[in-house]
Amino acid sequence: MRLACLATALMAIAATLAGAAHAFETEEERRFPAARPGSELRVISTADTAVFTPIILAFQAENPEVAVTYVTASSRELMKALYEEGAQFDLAISSAMDLQTKLANDGLVRNYSSEATARLPAWARWRNQVFAFTQEPAVLVLSKSAFADLPVPTTREELIRLLRDNPERFYGRIGTYDVRRSGLGYLFATQDSRNTESYWRLTEIMGRLGARLYCCSSDMISDVSSGRLALAYNVLGSYAEAQLHENENILIVEPGDYLNVMLRTALIPNTARNIEAAGKMIDFLLSLGTRPELTRKTGLPPVDPSVFDRNNAFRPIRLGPGLLVFLDRMRRETFLRSWVSSIEQ
Amino acid sequence: MSTVAASGSIRRRLTLQLAAIAVLLSVAFFLIVRGVAEQAAGQTQDQILAASATSIADALRSEKGQVQLELPYSALSMLGSVSEDRVFYRVAIAGRTLTGYDDLPLPALPEATGEPVFATFDYRGEPVRSVTLSRNVSIGERPVEAVISVAQTRLFLGAIRARTSTIAAAVGLAFFAVAVSLSLWAAHSALRPLERLALSVTRRGPKDLRPLRAETPAELVPLVAALNNFMERLRASLARSEDFIAEAAHRVRTPLATLRTQAEIAYRRVERPENRAALKEMILAIDESSRSAGQLLDHAMVTFRTDHLETEQLDLGELACDTRNRLEPTAELKDIGLELELPDAPALFEGDPILLENALRNIVDNAIKYSPPDSLVRIALHICGGDYVIGVCDEGRGFGTGDLRRMTRRFSRGTNVEDIVGSGLGLTIADEVARAHGGRLELARNKGGKGACVSLVLPRP
Ligand SMILES: Nc1ncnc2c1ncn2[C@@H]1O[C@H](COP(=O)(O)OP(=O)(O)OP(=O)(O)O)[C@@H](O)[C@H]1O
Ligand SMILES: [Mg+2]
Repeated sequence: MRLACLATALMAIAATLAGAAHAFETEEERRFPAARPGSELRVISTADTAVFTPIILAFQAENPEVAVTYVTASSRELMKALYEEGAQFDLAISSAMDLQTKLANDGLVRNYSSEATARLPAWARWRNQVFAFTQEPAVLVLSKSAFADLPVPTTREELIRLLRDNPERFYGRIGTYDVRRSGLGYLFATQDSRNTESYWRLTEIMGRLGARLYCCSSDMISDVSSGRLALAYNVLGSYAEAQLHENENILIVEPGDYLNVMLRTALIPNTARNIEAAGKMIDFLLSLGTRPELTRKTGLPPVDPSVFDRNNAFRPIRLGPGLLVFLDRMRRETFLRSWVSSIEQ
Repeated sequence: MSTVAASGSIRRRLTLQLAAIAVLLSVAFFLIVRGVAEQAAGQTQDQILAASATSIADALRSEKGQVQLELPYSALSMLGSVSEDRVFYRVAIAGRTLTGYDDLPLPALPEATGEPVFATFDYRGEPVRSVTLSRNVSIGERPVEAVISVAQTRLFLGAIRARTSTIAAAVGLAFFAVAVSLSLWAAHSALRPLERLALSVTRRGPKDLRPLRAETPAELVPLVAALNNFMERLRASLARSEDFIAEAAHRVRTPLATLRTQAEIAYRRVERPENRAALKEMILAIDESSRSAGQLLDHAMVTFRTDHLETEQLDLGELACDTRNRLEPTAELKDIGLELELPDAPALFEGDPILLENALRNIVDNAIKYSPPDSLVRIALHICGGDYVIGVCDEGRGFGTGDLRRMTRRFSRGTNVEDIVGSGLGLTIADEVARAHGGRLELARNKGGKGACVSLVLPRP
């Protein structure tokens, strides 16, 4: 999910040198100075700086006295920073819903409520601590050229049948997350395993067909568009959507049986110092639905309950203690063991 | 009429007591509802915790000499379904944590019962409810005890408490409001028979001493019975005293009349001037006594009637005319002319004719009595502003010197009465009657020089 680090001339990169100061590893740190003297908002996030820059600039246009320091890290490093090291951040933004839930469950998160949080649907917040501001489905991305003479599968069962019937065509040309490395991949996979029995059969077939494992959605998408992959399973729809304009070759399929929808969430850690600005930023993120130009620039689809009414297959991943189950040490070990034995054949 | 000072009000006391009961019941209702709701919520939480722990216990299995656990998704997700409470769990094998939160306290379990044990304690800065149960898992041949504990914060209970408190408070308040208005109504309707009774007593005429016959609720029967009893006694005692006065007057007057006749016969018979003078004095004294007895009787009657004034429509002109006619023979004896002057229209007045006639008679009687023979007494009825004025003027000796107001006092007579018989009650009677009718008695010296003028002033309706 982390876009390749596209450092533009505008960006002043405080390099990963800063990482020497703390044990957790950051990827990039950038400071957005305030137009007027005021406070400092320290944000740790799993979303690339490039993706978030328009949001931060728009936020600063409304709050010119807030300087923003935006630090990016992987979801696991973010967890390490807050859970183990008590690093000081005012806001944590992550796509790892399970880890965000664990932070809140284990008492490392502050309560926050405002008019904006009260308007959120119940499934988009937890405990007045974790607030969802995007909804991003996991989709199937196909290469148009590879499927020129094949029917487009609309459900997982159809996909299984298609793979089984055309092994030679798909061998080595299937991509999916390496759930051992990617927190989001693990989240999608565990939710899949919960939702349908066919997940394990699908994984097995993908394994038999020599599936290639990826760390990030963006890499899968670019491999599909280049034709190296015929299909990629469990790709973040929002990223694929963003590539659609530049790439003629990709086809996005939203499986009709069900769609896992990841909610990108924000929370205020206990270590926060600038709570006021953090609250303002949460309110701003929750208002993304009313700012179509930001949605266009960032490709982050805002929380919109009407989408679920229109498409019954959309299933938001439930915030709450259920997410702690797959973080259980033993459960994770068992899951990964099964997954590895299915995918590596 | 005396006014009764009220000490407290039955209605207020009844309303307050009923309202106090309503408050008590409302508060009791509130506490009970909240208590029951809290208990139910607590039980629900315990049940879900127990179900969660049991499902974890069921997922325990041994594999290759080791205990394995595939934490069921539902074990934790079911805890999240009712509330947004934080959830903690720990699975320990022979005292060593297998998975979960290492520091979650495990309460001591009773030996081998398998029953879940519930506990409430503070964990990670918040009170939590925990359930702990044990399960034997066999590793190879050897069974080991697995202890499973699941804990959840109690935010949920607080939320339930807040919600049920609001609902219970609202219902309690509504109940209180209804109870208070009902108690107002109850107090009102309970007191209605009493009010009806009071009304039927006050509505009665002053002389109506008949027993009360209104329908009476059982509780008021003693009061009404006592009232009826009292009225009966009052009626009897009034009748007795009326009879007594009449009887007494009769008893005094009859022998006095006999005595006077005998004295007069004796007077005619005796020749010696000193004897005749003695008898003359005796006759005068008898006349005084007889007059006094008559006036006392009249005064008693007037006092009684003014206490219980019963009025009727009457014409004052007609009344004056009657009085004149009745006293004409007396006047003629002294060759005194009784002139009467009346307005054309009848002078209508609400009053007691017997009392008014008595008053006027006393005034005219005085005029005749204190006038020399062959003189004139004028009775005139005028309308003067808002009043009727019945003026009686004579050409007699007048009131003489001294305070005129003194004349209306009881037994008070003028200094110039000489041997004219009188008791000093006539003007008292006239004054009391005038007052009882809202009027007054005015005494004046005749403007022409000789004689007296006494006016009965009565307000026009
Ligand atoms: N018309 C009058 N002329 C002169 N004096 C009068 C006249 N009327 C009343 N008085 C005086 O006022 C006094 C009080 O009058 P009142 O009628 O009360 O008593 P009374 O005539 O003496 O006795 P009685 O009770 O028998 O009438 C009289 O004693 C008399 O002195
Ligand atoms: Mg007199």
